[in-house]
Amino acid sequence: MKKKKIISNIVEKMKPSGIREFFDLVIGMKDVISLGVGEPDFVTPWNICESAIFSLEKGYTSYTSNKGLYDLRLAISRYLKNKFSLSYNPDDNMLITTGVSEAVDLALRAILNKGDKILVPDPSYVSYDPISELAGGKVILVKTTEADDFKLTPKLLKKYVSKDVKAIVLNYPANPTGVSYTRKELLALSKIFVDNDLIVISDEIYDELTYDFSHTPLATLPGMKQRTIYLNGFSKAFAMTGWRVGYACGPEEIISAMTKIHQYTMLCAPIMGQLGAIEALRGSMGSVLEMKREYKRRREFIVSKLNEIGLSCRMPEGTFYVFASIKNTGMSSAEFAKELLYKEKVAVVPGTAFGEQGAGYIRIAYASSMDNLKEAMARIEHFLKANGRS
Amino acid sequence: MKEILEILEKDARTTPEEIAKMLKKSVAAVKSAIKKYEKEGVIVKYKTIINTDVLKDDTQKVRALIEVKVAPQRGRGFDHIAERIYRFPEVKSCYLLSGSYDLLLVVEGRDIQKVSSFVSERLATIDNVNSTVTHFILKKYKADGDILKRIERNHRIAISF
Repeated sequence: MKKKKIISNIVEKMKPSGIREFFDLVIGMKDVISLGVGEPDFVTPWNICESAIFSLEKGYTSYTSNKGLYDLRLAISRYLKNKFSLSYNPDDNMLITTGVSEAVDLALRAILNKGDKILVPDPSYVSYDPISELAGGKVILVKTTEADDFKLTPKLLKKYVSKDVKAIVLNYPANPTGVSYTRKELLALSKIFVDNDLIVISDEIYDELTYDFSHTPLATLPGMKQRTIYLNGFSKAFAMTGWRVGYACGPEEIISAMTKIHQYTMLCAPIMGQLGAIEALRGSMGSVLEMKREYKRRREFIVSKLNEIGLSCRMPEGTFYVFASIKNTGMSSAEFAKELLYKEKVAVVPGTAFGEQGAGYIRIAYASSMDNLKEAMARIEHFLKANGRS
Repeated sequence: MKEILEILEKDARTTPEEIAKMLKKSVAAVKSAIKKYEKEGVIVKYKTIINTDVLKDDTQKVRALIEVKVAPQRGRGFDHIAERIYRFPEVKSCYLLSGSYDLLLVVEGRDIQKVSSFVSERLATIDNVNSTVTHFILKKYKADGDILKRIERNHRIAISF
């Protein structure tokens, strides 16, 4: 009898790509200075940890309601209202998820039918493309370029939108480019979203890390609230990546569809994380602001240093990433990253991990101490000199 | 320019060149701001935080917190009597406090006897010092915002998206 194929076609086709090997290489090597990490280098503020410890001692170890603790939803609703004048009802318009990652998955599965077209920027965070495919969607990559600062522009979007495109994934400030948009830029984009009746999955997890202007949630723009699935969470702003708490806000119809999937797959986000998140919103934003100031300083330092040593990069508006060009080295992104790791023990992520448009770039995360950044820059400079490029 | 102080307070070794990059200022502007702070006494000095517990040195000194009740002097308040006290090199810090006593001192000595004799012979005998209470420090956990225990800082995986 012929042996049955075990893995589904769609998963088999999914990319872990060559990048996994490189990651294993980094993890297996000692004394590496890593600028390849997609999370804050700060630990969670102590008031949050302390309150979670206390809740464990009091025996809060159970499931919560599928939607998430009401107190947390209420706290988020108030926070969004105060900060952005964005109102979402904690009962009908909000779902607490296991990190924004889960929310991305739920959103895509809730809206996509087999063959539905969805736009995903290239380069962009690694999960949007494969998860859209997994949900049955047909991904159309929107190729952004350095000439446009890796931004989506109305001109670019017009080339891709059509009547049969159903949705688009937007992420700003963006991993891996650090790009964000001003209110004016978003307004111009939103007109296209409205005109073409697109649903927008707006991943705004890095919103607190916007340095040069204040962040505008897409849902606050005219005509956008009814078509936006607003995603955010606690990982980046509060340095709570391991706690796995995110949330999705949007029209009742979509949130309720997402909740259906969530109740069967995840059941609920971990209660410890949810309780920690309540404290995060209840406590002072002091430590968030302090982290942001520190990131901003590192950003200025690293952008100026990189340009000085010959890796050109633009000043990113947000996140803790810099997307630097390595084109003048003549190496591919993967070669550069590998060589840099072997020769100088500095880890960065090849731009191609985030899509083909990342070719010729590397993502440098400055979520690392100033001492590490200085040392890493010195090593990169040495590396470039040894390769005769600086 | 206050941000310069914030940076130096965290790491006094940060060079003017590095600070200039971080704050998008010219190196000359940063240097002159630092000079000015030094001249005005805003920056008192640059020191190193040493964790003597790790050093395991037998010449390690002992420290005590000493509460001092004093009678303020007419026309001079507490300043005069405070100066009499803080001029002693054994006194490492001296604060005027609100509450049930007036001055809080950090006193350092080679051993308990030395500190005790300083208190009984020097401090308690000063006119206007009414009473003292001595608390010897047993262990230092955190000083000026820095936790002294070596924390395993990096639990992050070395690379992620």
